[in-house]
Amino acid sequence: MTIQSPILSLREIQKSYGPIRVLHGVDLDIYPGEVVALLGENGAGKSTLSNIISGTVQPSAGEMTWLGAAYAPANPRAAMDEGVGMIHQELKLLPKLSIAENVFVGRYPMRAGRVDRRAMEERARSGLKRLGLDISPDRLVEGLSTGKQQLIEIAKALTLNARLLILDEPTAALGGEETQRLFQQIERLKADGVGIIYISHRLEEIRQIADRVVVMRDGAKVKEFDSGDVPIRTIVEAMVGRSLERMFPTLPTPREEVTLEVRDLTSPTNAFRNISFSVRRGEVFGIAGLMGAGRTELVRAVTGADPISAGEVLLNGKAVTPRSPIDAIRNGMVLVPEDRKLQGVVLDHSIAENIGYANLAEIARNGWVSSRRLQQFADECIRKFGVKGRGHQNAGELSGGNQQKLVLAKWLARKPQLVVLDEPTRGIDVGARSSIYDLIMDLARNGVAVIVVSSDLEEVLGVSNRIMVMAQGRQAGILDREDANDVSVMELATI
Amino acid sequence: MLATATERQGFAGGMRASMRGATGPLIGLIVLCLFLTFASDKFLSIRNFLNVLDQITVLGIMAVGMTMVILIGGIDLAVGSVMALAMMVLGYLNVVAGVPMWIAIPLALLVASLNGLIAGLLITRFNVPAFIATLAMMSIARGLANMITDGQQIIGFPAWFNTMAIVRFGGFLTLTVAVMLGVFIAGLLYQRYRHGGRVLYAIGGNAEVARLAGINVQRATVLVYVVCSFLAGLSGMVLAARLDSVQPSSGVSYELDAIAAVVIGGTSLSGGTGGIGGTIIGVLIIGILRNGLNLLSVSPFMQQVIIGGVIVLAVTAETYRKRK
Repeated sequence: MTIQSPILSLREIQKSYGPIRVLHGVDLDIYPGEVVALLGENGAGKSTLSNIISGTVQPSAGEMTWLGAAYAPANPRAAMDEGVGMIHQELKLLPKLSIAENVFVGRYPMRAGRVDRRAMEERARSGLKRLGLDISPDRLVEGLSTGKQQLIEIAKALTLNARLLILDEPTAALGGEETQRLFQQIERLKADGVGIIYISHRLEEIRQIADRVVVMRDGAKVKEFDSGDVPIRTIVEAMVGRSLERMFPTLPTPREEVTLEVRDLTSPTNAFRNISFSVRRGEVFGIAGLMGAGRTELVRAVTGADPISAGEVLLNGKAVTPRSPIDAIRNGMVLVPEDRKLQGVVLDHSIAENIGYANLAEIARNGWVSSRRLQQFADECIRKFGVKGRGHQNAGELSGGNQQKLVLAKWLARKPQLVVLDEPTRGIDVGARSSIYDLIMDLARNGVAVIVVSSDLEEVLGVSNRIMVMAQGRQAGILDREDANDVSVMELATI
Repeated sequence: MLATATERQGFAGGMRASMRGATGPLIGLIVLCLFLTFASDKFLSIRNFLNVLDQITVLGIMAVGMTMVILIGGIDLAVGSVMALAMMVLGYLNVVAGVPMWIAIPLALLVASLNGLIAGLLITRFNVPAFIATLAMMSIARGLANMITDGQQIIGFPAWFNTMAIVRFGGFLTLTVAVMLGVFIAGLLYQRYRHGGRVLYAIGGNAEVARLAGINVQRATVLVYVVCSFLAGLSGMVLAARLDSVQPSSGVSYELDAIAAVVIGGTSLSGGTGGIGGTIIGVLIIGILRNGLNLLSVSPFMQQVIIGGVIVLAVTAETYRKRK
């Protein structure tokens, strides 16, 4: 089969954003009828690479060949016309349009100069049926579950008659049955000679579906396996670039006093239900679970960012159930949110200003904020918490790791009792991660209660004294450090 | 040595931040003045400059409020109508009902502020987009202004009222210009050095970041719309003094002039960058441009075209500079 010539060849593909290089000369061949698993940590360059192939992003250097001819799609449309279908990680559906319209947006079936709505709905219906989805194609996308929306994205790509399909985390929001149905479709597509690039964090799936495995790290291809049947540990080691042991600092011992107690917490949207746990002083409490398990929603509610419909939050034994972030912050409960760029920092404001926003009351004298005091305050935070940057620099100029430290720094100046970190190292390179872990350990050593939410299993296992596992909004169980390993956590997460 | 160097750089950074986006407009203003100095022999004189100051009072006061609204990523389309409403309330209270000015003016300003309060509450409590909420208030305020006298103008203010806009104290400042300068200074200080002013940048930069940082975004938003409407009312008082009369058709499309001044001054419509310093320059550009074009006997219609061109020029130049 591999004697055939590749559908797509990439040679020395590079991509830079300003001074930051995100891809360092990647070579890749995709042959017809094979599934290539593209693996790597967040920020390894997988999404950038697939965006280049699908025409969303243009490479800074390098060449691509499509069916023997030079290939340089100027936009997604051009790539689509060549036969590249891409299913994005974040859903790109239009909520106010019907399913059929979403499937055929931009390439509506035409008859006599008009959109042939009947043909459109017919073809959409058959596409949905192939994925075992029994919903009417004239329904609006709005209000469908994430899993169903994901399947619609896939149906959309299937109707493209693509020669190459890129699936970016297609199963992230799918249940077991839906996943199996998707795999059946992938097998059919393979038989038709379609090449598939499969990006996933669920390494167990890889063995089942992949013919070849390509591992990326820090914008380069670091390893290639000619079979999907590779031990997960080998893949993970290639992803993180070293053996898995000694990645994390030693944990301090928690103290006796309980800082935070959460009782029967329930969200009004049902994102989580009846969650109860407690965190002691100096303890690092990990929260693990699959995407959509309700972890982010839970910690946002604990810190007042999202509403709570039932249950209570106690701090040092006193009921403090926060109604807003202001409430929580006043009590010394702070959140380092999941998405730095959207929730953590104002990118085009300076570091000093960003630090100031969380500490204006402290900096101001009778409501007057002097630039000098702001600058001094910021400089001190920067020095104390090891942010690599100057006060007047824009936060957007910092690396991900330093942005994260900036978010932490702005809170730590307030000497909080509880620090919640949601995905603290997402999109941060390996080197900077350990300095974030060091900061977490410092906090714990100083008696702060810390909650770490992470999708990175090794990370939760590495930094937590105890781990709570969530599954579909439920509290599946709490594991002590000794009992927690990838198997025990995944078992709880998937029940 | 090292420490002082760092400090100085930090201070320079702070200064730069305060002028962010305003350097382009400042250069534009200087170029415009140079051009007019050569094009018209009447332009460069203290007398003419004082004239310009008198002419920009209404726009200047209004634009300060608009800057704050735009800084948080909002928009206020109602200011022109709110100004007219405040003027009509003033006229009715003073001339028709015989209420003394020192009570009538605060009441008129209160009515204006109420408009902002309603708009602010619609935006924060009921999630009405700012554009729609203030569009509605624009219509409501204009309607109310007309209802007071059924569309008629009111004349007959006390004689001293008009002198506020005419008599130049110390041969220099009319009281209305002094009010405008007071608003400028208060606005600049508030925005640069007050807790409440710094917060506006955070909200405009990213409202969610601001909320999670413990800033009361809702309260600050309502306050900004109240202040903007209050200043619209205040500019109405100034216009009433200048005209020595009030009419409900005053201030039509003034909101667009105010937005234009803010945008020319380098404040981004998406919020978070810019400020009142730039807006003052923007107001001066519009004022001097109108004055100069009048001196050069350019028709008012042509003036509109030119001002539109200046807006395009200012914004594209800024975008281009940023991209570089």
